[in-house]
Amino acid sequence: MTIADTRANTFVQSAVLVADREVRMRLRSKAFIVSSAILLLAVIASIVAGSIFGASASSSVTRVAVVGDSGSFAQVASLDVTEADSVGAAEQLVRAGDVEAAIVPGDGPTGIRILALEEAPSALVQLLSVTPEVSLLEPADQNGSLAYLVGLGFGIVFFMAATLFGTTIAQSVVEEKASRVVEILMSAISARALLAGKVIGNTVLAFGQIVLIAAAAIVGLVVTGQDALLGDLGPSIVWFVVFFAVGFVLLAALFASAAALVSRQEDIGSVTTPVMMLVMIPYFLIVFAWDNDLVLTIMSYVPFSAPIGMPMRVYLGTAEWWEPLLSLVVIIATTVVVVLLGSRIYSNSLLRTGARVKILDALRG
Amino acid sequence: MLQLDAVTKSFGDRTALDAVSFEVGDGRLTGFVGGNGAGKTTTMRIILGVLAADSGTVRLGGSVLGAADRRRFGYMPEERGLYAKMKVAEQLVYLARLHGLSRRDAEANAAELLERLGLAERANDTVESLSLGNQQRAQIAAALVHSPEVLILDEPFSGLDPMAVETVLGVLHDVAKRGAPVLFSSHQLDVVERLCDDVVVIANGQVRASGSRQKLQDDNAVRQFELLVASDAAWVREMPGVTVLDFDGGYALFEADDDDAAQAVLRRALQQGPVASFAPRHRSLAEIFTEVVK
Repeated sequence: MTIADTRANTFVQSAVLVADREVRMRLRSKAFIVSSAILLLAVIASIVAGSIFGASASSSVTRVAVVGDSGSFAQVASLDVTEADSVGAAEQLVRAGDVEAAIVPGDGPTGIRILALEEAPSALVQLLSVTPEVSLLEPADQNGSLAYLVGLGFGIVFFMAATLFGTTIAQSVVEEKASRVVEILMSAISARALLAGKVIGNTVLAFGQIVLIAAAAIVGLVVTGQDALLGDLGPSIVWFVVFFAVGFVLLAALFASAAALVSRQEDIGSVTTPVMMLVMIPYFLIVFAWDNDLVLTIMSYVPFSAPIGMPMRVYLGTAEWWEPLLSLVVIIATTVVVVLLGSRIYSNSLLRTGARVKILDALRG
Repeated sequence: MLQLDAVTKSFGDRTALDAVSFEVGDGRLTGFVGGNGAGKTTTMRIILGVLAADSGTVRLGGSVLGAADRRRFGYMPEERGLYAKMKVAEQLVYLARLHGLSRRDAEANAAELLERLGLAERANDTVESLSLGNQQRAQIAAALVHSPEVLILDEPFSGLDPMAVETVLGVLHDVAKRGAPVLFSSHQLDVVERLCDDVVVIANGQVRASGSRQKLQDDNAVRQFELLVASDAAWVREMPGVTVLDFDGGYALFEADDDDAAQAVLRRALQQGPVASFAPRHRSLAEIFTEVVK
């Protein structure tokens, strides 16, 4: 050991070593690899499926039989026109399955009638209908159902990452307490360095997984030709990543200090439930109130929901340019306070094995 | 030299340590004895910085201990444990690096230690797959892998099989021979008596005695002698200045008022016939301990 080995240096070194172990042990876990792979495949599959359904809806060709003047119908690209001599002949073609429907002269205002076998061919009906012109006085920036999906996407990704890696941190804290290895660790490094290492290691893992999913999503969208979506999403994704990084540290510190209160894996649930609630409530809010401006505005400033709420408002275009910055200051300040209190609870609880430690006792030391 | 000066610690309104002061000399094996709850583990945790003292100081070589000094300490807690799912060698390297060793040094130390403890072929097995005896060896290795300059062991012999006890004994001697202060606690007073250079006795959070084991035994010695002769030794009772405590045919245990009285008994015995043995009786550490902590 050299004299230049200052305390700050020691802290960083120790935290990095702990983080490194967390990452390596996690990457060795088959359950983690498999669940990550499944998540990744699900994202790719949904993008590919989206492109296939989208394509089949727009490019499908309907085979029709036409009685009478077929010229105007023959010009429509999505119709494959067969001429029929009479209504009877057209009906024969429909019954034989040679065509999906027949267009015959009718009495209504359109002057035509459609013959089909079992159910009304909705695509064809829509094609031949008259649609009135619509003028929007206040057009929405974004398509409504798409906005819902974007909100849901942010919600699911944050919810999944927070619960998956939050539980991982909690288990890793209790593992060290339960196996008593924690006393050896504390004789070598400070409890704060241990906590910092755990939070950093799991944040890196969570972040890595999110980046992988985001990359897969972007590549998928570009390859399947849906890249127009990217331009709209860009800024909100950037904000999501920034808020995710801070918000995840906040939750990780909460999970770690809550778990430090107990000494057995079976007791983790009882102490992490309140933290789990903080993760679940924003998720349900975005699912049920994604189009409520007031709810979204409140969500975008409350630290636990800001990682979902603020990117959503950025996407919808309802946030002023300074709002994400203000919310970021709020969430960073909260994180600093929580990390300080959390590391106090963590340090004071690590050596108390047996019964669950009371939070006030842990804070008092 | 490791010095504790008036170290005090309370948990709530219970005083666990009350102005505890003692020294662990360089190269001295120091036994730390006391009943359950006497304060041994708390003292060791404070030395290691795992717990903070309410007041008092711990010094090494005259200067107050800091975090960087403590990284050169080796510690085996009473509550044993390692990462169950980590490989033995990998775990040792990790612990050594937490103590500030470079990866290369950590790997070299771990390999050497595993070889010495007979665990070399299990280096890549997880700890949970080892037998209990081998897990104990791995635990010993964990306390030593960073070549500590001070060794603190809390009940190192408890739960060890006889082979592991020998291993630990060997290790303690080696480390002390290098000039490191070694402090270990134990319930097994016979082991402490056999092994230690110095002893610290603690009871109810207070140090009752500390210093060289020999001196402790001398200070608490009583002038008792054992005589074993071929013939009947009933005559000992008639000797002046002598009180017989135990008597059985040719065996007598007696207390003498002074050394002259004892020597007189020996001379008389030699005149009477052959003497099988004549010796001052040493009181065991266990006896002294019971008296000191009263």
